[in-house]
Amino acid sequence: MNTSVLAMPARHPAAIIALLAHHRVLATIGVLLVFPWLMPNPSVASTILIYAVFALGFNFLFGYMGMLSFGHAAFLGVGGYTAGILIAHFQLRWWLAIPAAVVLAALVALAIGVLAIRTRGIYFAMVTLALSQCVYFAVYQLPLSGGENGLRGVNLDQVGPAALHISLLDPHTKYYFFLCFAALAFGLVSRFLASPFGGVVEAVRENESRVRACGFDVERTKLLAFVLSGAICGLAGALSAIHLSSVAIESLNYETSGLVVMICLLGGMGTFFGPFVGALLFLLVQDLFSLWTEHWQLYVGVVFMGFVLFFPKGVWGTLLEKCNVQ
Amino acid sequence: MKIRIPTHNAALWLATALASILAAPGALAQAPVGTIKIGLPVPLTGPYGAEAKDQVRNAELAIKEFNDAGGLAGRKAELLVRDDKLNPGEAAARALELIEKDHVNFIVGALSASTQLAINNVTRQRKVLYISISQSDAINEAADFSRYTFHEALNPQMTTQAVGRYVFKKGMRIAFLTADYAYGHEMTRGFTRVAQEVGAQVVGELKHPLGAADYSTFLPRLQALKPDVIVFNNFGRDNQISIRQAGDFGMKKSMAFVTPVLTYTSRLAAGPQVYEGVVGGSSYFWGIETSTPSAKRFNTSYRAANGTVEPSDYGSVAYSAVKSLLDAVKAAGSAETEKVVDALAALKYDTYKGAQYYRSCDHQSVQSVLVIGSNSTSGKNPADVFKVLQIVPGSTGMLRSCAELGHK
Amino acid sequence: MDGITFELLGLQLFTGLALGAIYVLLAVGLSLIFGMLTVVNFAHGAFFMVGAYAGFSVYRVLPNFWVCLVFVPLATGTLGMLAERVLVRPLYGRGLDYPLLLTFGLAYVMVELVRIGFGKQGFPFDTPALLQGSADIGVGQFPLYRLFVIGVTALVLGGLWFFIEKTSFGLIVRAGARDPHIVRILGIDVGRVWLLVFGLGTGIAGLGGFLAAPMQGISPEMGAPVLIVAFVVTVVGGMGSLVGAVAAGLLVGVVESLAVLFFPEAAKVSMFVIMALVLLVRPQGLFGRAGLMN
Repeated sequence: MNTSVLAMPARHPAAIIALLAHHRVLATIGVLLVFPWLMPNPSVASTILIYAVFALGFNFLFGYMGMLSFGHAAFLGVGGYTAGILIAHFQLRWWLAIPAAVVLAALVALAIGVLAIRTRGIYFAMVTLALSQCVYFAVYQLPLSGGENGLRGVNLDQVGPAALHISLLDPHTKYYFFLCFAALAFGLVSRFLASPFGGVVEAVRENESRVRACGFDVERTKLLAFVLSGAICGLAGALSAIHLSSVAIESLNYETSGLVVMICLLGGMGTFFGPFVGALLFLLVQDLFSLWTEHWQLYVGVVFMGFVLFFPKGVWGTLLEKCNVQ
Repeated sequence: MKIRIPTHNAALWLATALASILAAPGALAQAPVGTIKIGLPVPLTGPYGAEAKDQVRNAELAIKEFNDAGGLAGRKAELLVRDDKLNPGEAAARALELIEKDHVNFIVGALSASTQLAINNVTRQRKVLYISISQSDAINEAADFSRYTFHEALNPQMTTQAVGRYVFKKGMRIAFLTADYAYGHEMTRGFTRVAQEVGAQVVGELKHPLGAADYSTFLPRLQALKPDVIVFNNFGRDNQISIRQAGDFGMKKSMAFVTPVLTYTSRLAAGPQVYEGVVGGSSYFWGIETSTPSAKRFNTSYRAANGTVEPSDYGSVAYSAVKSLLDAVKAAGSAETEKVVDALAALKYDTYKGAQYYRSCDHQSVQSVLVIGSNSTSGKNPADVFKVLQIVPGSTGMLRSCAELGHK
Repeated sequence: MDGITFELLGLQLFTGLALGAIYVLLAVGLSLIFGMLTVVNFAHGAFFMVGAYAGFSVYRVLPNFWVCLVFVPLATGTLGMLAERVLVRPLYGRGLDYPLLLTFGLAYVMVELVRIGFGKQGFPFDTPALLQGSADIGVGQFPLYRLFVIGVTALVLGGLWFFIEKTSFGLIVRAGARDPHIVRILGIDVGRVWLLVFGLGTGIAGLGGFLAAPMQGISPEMGAPVLIVAFVVTVVGGMGSLVGAVAAGLLVGVVESLAVLFFPEAAKVSMFVIMALVLLVRPQGLFGRAGLMN
């Protein structure tokens, strides 16, 4: 970072962006605090926030480490179903159910990671796809999951002591409840990225053999990154279960895996704020287009192809590039 | 190092575009105060887009009839259509949006079992009246039920009772080709029950994955069971493809083809050759207008609004749901949820096919079921695709008992 | 497991071969494109679907199945070449991910365009009169049309083998799959080769779609489930290996078919289990070359 940046008058948009990039977690949380007031309604904001966390987890693996996985829906789904089943069937408190979901998603990520890390490139993508389909199948067969009907009854109406009346039926309250967890996730990822571990992760993306030659344990780094990525996606799944009061079996489908890839690309892979921008853009575009026309998939596809061809760094990435930051 | 401020501003353009996208929803017109708003989430995109479109047309017809008759002391009704993309997560999100942003009074909708259950979960949490218009056994059960949940459509139990009793005879050998999801399992359960009651023998069941394009791996095995009747417990494209391929394998020569729900759109899509000789069930066929006065009235009204097309089975359920809902609103004299719920639960109505009412323990609409067969030559009317073999009148005997469903 | 006779097993085996034939057609195209261009074509299922619709459209105007059979791969291949030149070519050199992502978006666009042009419902497609009915193959009655599909696939594979092994263009394709840089250095216009290979791969996919039409009808969504299978088959066989595509395609078809007899619920997931197992034991696929990803 160049010190002359801070000396520029704050009115310059580029300087502001540079300042924000330096304090990225605070800046992100700042934006997220006012976000529901900018959206047509707070539930849409919650949905976007949850997808942003999902993309955040995926971006850590894809954008920063350079490993394209087509099976991340497995972690979203495992997180969702774990939290959902614990809350709906076992009436477990949310402050136990959500961490349990994260832990279980991390465990599944460990299992899949151990098997998948041995492959690279497109094979890695295909193995993750195959293993996530196996998870889909396993969850589908599980009686507690509700199978094709999905899991209903994830009714978390109140959180905290009864006297405080924090009702999740109020969409604004629900959003800020989710924001607490999202902020944690953003903070965690930022810490990891800023640490030496984060440095190795990005180095592996640039030149894996060189990193290996420098003496780093590349396999262990990959596995750790994979598990972390899975854990964050599991958190997103748990939040989604509470948001919609249900978990759909479609959340484990390869189409959901494809969705998060698109979101990351649109937003900007390998950038911190990119996943949020991608989620915002994708969901808004999809929602708006589907209000105007039933053929919204055409426009979404064209927009996406346009980005791949002309803005491969995504919206946020291109923005950063134009302002010559980093 | 100088920071270059871009003059030719792709970044600023993007930011402005984003801002205007954010501002746009607020600019949408607001409905007049006092309007009775009914949300309709249906799968406009996806394989059932055609059925969903007809649901929209039918719902709009019911709204129009209500408004033309003066509404509720001048208050008009309005339909808010949303696309749930046949995805339960999306359906729940649309339901949340309809309730929180659009402040709808009631919600009618969904076409697949999983989407209606997801919507129902959202609506009952927030005490919003919801009428489901799709087949499902689960929505009647105690776990998913609530005071605010109503089910206008048929359920697999009713359908299988009607079709099964028409086809099965004592001593017959029955085989099932079942789609491996809730719909298929519920149909198999229903048909098995009828077989036991009648004294027919179930010789085997093969389950296929939902959305399979090729059934060639299942058909030889089914043939080897030597059944008298083969029941296709699947829906939509699965139904069309599996029946076609079974016909290709020559199985029509040795066994009768039966399916629980024979939809209008499937018959039109797959053609007369494929469905030749197939017997199935349905909630409605426009052809019953010759014997049912309310059907004639409904058909005439539909044709007047839509031209020379006939209402489909799935579409007309939407009509009945919205119409009966608005009748309940009139009976209650208000659009307040609690009053309308009471009025609807007590309502006796005849919207399009005969007498109907909601059973009190599970709010299932007790109604007639049609047993139909495919018409191979439609003659002068391309919509004359079925012959009605039997109209089974509605009765609680066709439903599972309240106790069995878990209601006290 | 009662009632499993030798005849049933034999019939199921044949069914698996017919099923595998379509998989093979798709996998061969995918493998060719990957081997030559190092592009993972996520739009392959969409080309499959477009082939079916192209054949359907021509059939409405000119109801001759055999003419359509020749026309479809040419039409689909041309569309593929257009896509390659305009959309995929600019992304060369940007890494493995970008062409993959582009074809991902392309699939969405193609499917929606077909929906707009032909409606969402899909159409039935009748088996040509000559091929209707079934034949006794010793173990039971088997649909004649499916035998035809096996035959056509064998013919196409034979032609492809001849083309790749015995012609000079095929020599370039083989060399390019081995090392595209050297081929360029030798002065060969690799761009033209890529164009034709992409067209060839997508053309075969389109042919597969048209062949599948009488068996399952046509619909805009028919490409998606088949794409997943094609990927599994290509990866199991080894990306870039045609022998692998054939072997894996038949293997997957037969295993799926037999799985229905013994463990029906898992039939669809059986191919994923195979894929996971093969990749863990031999990460480059059965016949793939190690180090292809470097």
